Amino acid sequence: MSTRSDTLLWLAQRASAAVLALCVTVHLVTIVYAVRGGLTAAEIFGRTRASAGWLAFYTVFVLACAVHAPIGLRPVLTEWLGWRGRSREAFVLAFGLLLAGLGMRAVLAVFR
Amino acid sequence: MTALRVSVWRGGADGALQSYEVPRYPSQTVLDVVTHIQRKLDPTLAYRYACRVGMCGSCAMTVNGVPRWTCRTHVDKVAADGELELRPLRNLPVIRDLVSDMREFFDKWQRAKGHFEGGASKADDFARVAPDSRERQAADAGIECIGCGVCYAACDVVSWNRDYLGPAALNRAWTLITDVRDVASLARLRAVAGDAGCHACHTHTSCSERCPKHLSPTASIAGLKRAVAKAVVAGKL
Repeated sequence: MSTRSDTLLWLAQRASAAVLALCVTVHLVTIVYAVRGGLTAAEIFGRTRASAGWLAFYTVFVLACAVHAPIGLRPVLTEWLGWRGRSREAFVLAFGLLLAGLGMRAVLAVFR
Repeated sequence: MTALRVSVWRGGADGALQSYEVPRYPSQTVLDVVTHIQRKLDPTLAYRYACRVGMCGSCAMTVNGVPRWTCRTHVDKVAADGELELRPLRNLPVIRDLVSDMREFFDKWQRAKGHFEGGASKADDFARVAPDSRERQAADAGIECIGCGVCYAACDVVSWNRDYLGPAALNRAWTLITDVRDVASLARLRAVAGDAGCHACHTHTSCSERCPKHLSPTASIAGLKRAVAKAVVAGKL
């Protein structure tokens, strides 16, 4: 990786961390608020189905995870397994796409 | 007067600990203990020191599992139970006994462009750097490094990523980035960015915790990350 791309990845991880801090806070507060009277699937669907607001919120949450986690995984793979080079970049890219795919599948499942 | 039980690393990488009994004295430093062993008990013991007063950065060792400068580490503070275990600095090859090979440590200072490059000639007037300017204050915060290698031995990232430049080299680079007279900033930022440079730091702060001069290489590395990011965003890198 070049200086420029390494730095852009670092900036992307910083920016996604800031987004995640907000998203996790909203997510946790919502959980605590929502389970006051017990938790049912019907209640969750009642809140999320056809809600453009929750769709947008969880889409941002999922995409921030999909950016943040793979970038953080890169040094873990190098430091723990000695894995470097293009194969590592391909793996973390695939991991990010997997996170985005599975996350968006879940988001759309509670929206529809 | 009680005796200290001292275990000392003997040999190279495949060496072993050897035990000695050393008389206890008031205000005794760990370096005093090592010197006693070499002069009175076993003249074959290899160790390194020069100034004995915390200036030269030669005498760092691992003392009871912690990297320290031994000339200014009092036995009272680190051996409350009367036992000392002394090993060479971690993260560096051992030459023999308590002597680490510092070459990779200083080679990384070179890789980080840890030398001043000025743009002025003899014909120019002295550079005037206001003592209270932001750059001067930032350089001041890191400039007193004695190159002892304690931070390098304390850093887990160095042990996991052998290419990592390490806290001391990056701290040195930061003191030059903040030196307004230096003209090699962009080349230096290029040298210290990336997986083997400032972006590898996980901010564990072990370097800052252990630095005998109470510097904060962690803060210097954070400064480098900001400086590199600014240069990239501005299209200079």
